[in-house]
Amino acid sequence: MTTVLDRPVQKPRSTSTPARRYGERPSIAYLFLTPWVAGALLLTLGPMLWLLYLSFTEYDLFTAPRWVGLDNYVRMLTVDPHFWNAVWATSKFVLISVPVQLAAALGVALLIHRKSRAQGFYRSAFYAPSLLGASVSVALVWRVIFHDWIGHPDRALLALVLLAVWQFGAPMVIFLAGLQQIPQEYYDAAAVDGAGPWRSFLKITIPMLSPVIFFNLVLDTIRAFQVFTGAYVVSNGTGGPSDSTLFYTLYLYEKGFVEFKMGYASAMSWFLLVVIAVITALLFRTAKGWVFYSGDES
Amino acid sequence: MTGRLRVTGRHAAVILLLIPLLYPIAWLFLASFKSGSEIVQSLALLPREYILDNYLALGDDLAGVPAWTFFVNSTIVAGACALANVASCSLAAYAFARLRFRMRGVLFAFTLATIMLPVHIITIPQYSLFQKLGMVDTFWPLILPKLLATDAFFIFLMVQFMRTIPRELDEAARLDGCGSIRIFGTIMLPLVRPALVTTAIFTFIWTWNDFFTQLIYLSSPERLTLPLALRLFIDTTDYNAFGPMLALSALAIVPILLFFAAFQRLLVEGFATSGLKG
Repeated sequence: MTTVLDRPVQKPRSTSTPARRYGERPSIAYLFLTPWVAGALLLTLGPMLWLLYLSFTEYDLFTAPRWVGLDNYVRMLTVDPHFWNAVWATSKFVLISVPVQLAAALGVALLIHRKSRAQGFYRSAFYAPSLLGASVSVALVWRVIFHDWIGHPDRALLALVLLAVWQFGAPMVIFLAGLQQIPQEYYDAAAVDGAGPWRSFLKITIPMLSPVIFFNLVLDTIRAFQVFTGAYVVSNGTGGPSDSTLFYTLYLYEKGFVEFKMGYASAMSWFLLVVIAVITALLFRTAKGWVFYSGDES
Repeated sequence: MTGRLRVTGRHAAVILLLIPLLYPIAWLFLASFKSGSEIVQSLALLPREYILDNYLALGDDLAGVPAWTFFVNSTIVAGACALANVASCSLAAYAFARLRFRMRGVLFAFTLATIMLPVHIITIPQYSLFQKLGMVDTFWPLILPKLLATDAFFIFLMVQFMRTIPRELDEAARLDGCGSIRIFGTIMLPLVRPALVTTAIFTFIWTWNDFFTQLIYLSSPERLTLPLALRLFIDTTDYNAFGPMLALSALAIVPILLFFAAFQRLLVEGFATSGLKG
């Protein structure tokens, strides 16, 4: 910052009166926002409305969409057994992988958060799988390593859970940053009062860290719902054996981009969107009970 | 237990945890020097004998094009996405962090909400749009969304960062007659350079790894990226193909590891920043 201030002061222009000081024209803001507005309208809002329309049609990409009313939704919810298998497989995956991943992230963060010369190395080493885990390369490694598991429904799902948990480094670095913001004086005071490590953990660490736990919980849950690459690679794009790894996104891909049933896939998309919105809303509602924000935060 | 013993125990525990965690990555590199049958027979780390055949096999064409094509394609796509994201997201972030305009709060909330929007959902109508524009099987459907600042995560990251820059700097520059464009270019951008570099590298790595979007939009052999080239091996049951598959897998993650080695501090801290100061 000093480098900027050290530069020779520019000669004030005659137009620079105090009245214009904050008087930047709003049109300048719109200039900065032009790409964003175009993206929001053309690639987000517009497509979402188009998606809603498509979900009431039969559409194969090549002929015009044909209006079928609620047919897609009815078929999806009442007729299609694969749909509920996909919901079930995804639910199991989310319910197991998210808590286990967060527990591993918090556990390791607690283990390495004390300042030491090795901390930087540890942090990076644990974080590396998070950068590689989404790649087809690692999914192929998983396919070879867990080769004996892939034919068995429960173990195939477990292999994918392990692949997700293996990437605990991303929430871990967020936990680490959160741990470092807890003032040491709190622990010192608790120690003076005779609190042991377990009590300090429950009464200081967890409440002080609760906003970070909540942030990780929300992001990880949403991320887990969207898992795709691992399931595609490990199951050869089939979601097998017996739909055990047919995650929602995999089935969505199959319906939309393999069978070209875009109307049906659009209905599935809206269902997923509503589920994610409801779960996020529920998480935010429960958060009032256990997430503690210290008063001095802005 | 004395303090020193406890510290040593802690380090030992961490290293014991790291061994299984990093095993799959080490295994990938070492197994790429094994023969196909040895790869499926054992999960041992060290090859019985080191062979280069798997890498030499990559000299042959895959799907009718030379293997280096996939590296070039992935580099073009990931590089263009990284530049596009830095340019478009920094413009939008500056507006959200510093400028005043109507509905700023609502629009920023909208941006944050799209972070939670699954890409698989939005891809269906976007595909329909890009198909009408004749852009399917080109790189445009991958790059255009980045040019138009749809990657809300990075807008958020940059806004977080820009808010830590003292407003007095802007105000002093404004008194000196600088407009918003000059302030953005000469004051803001140099000061938020760590956030720009973080955005560029994360975008590069995530695009490099991305499978879903590339799977949907690209189909011609000469336009396949690395994840799609690796997919060609997925349905193989041929032992002889396992070696080249792992060789290409290993080569595919080398750029990520190099970026990670060079910028690990920035990446780890950049990721941590996104979760705090919310």
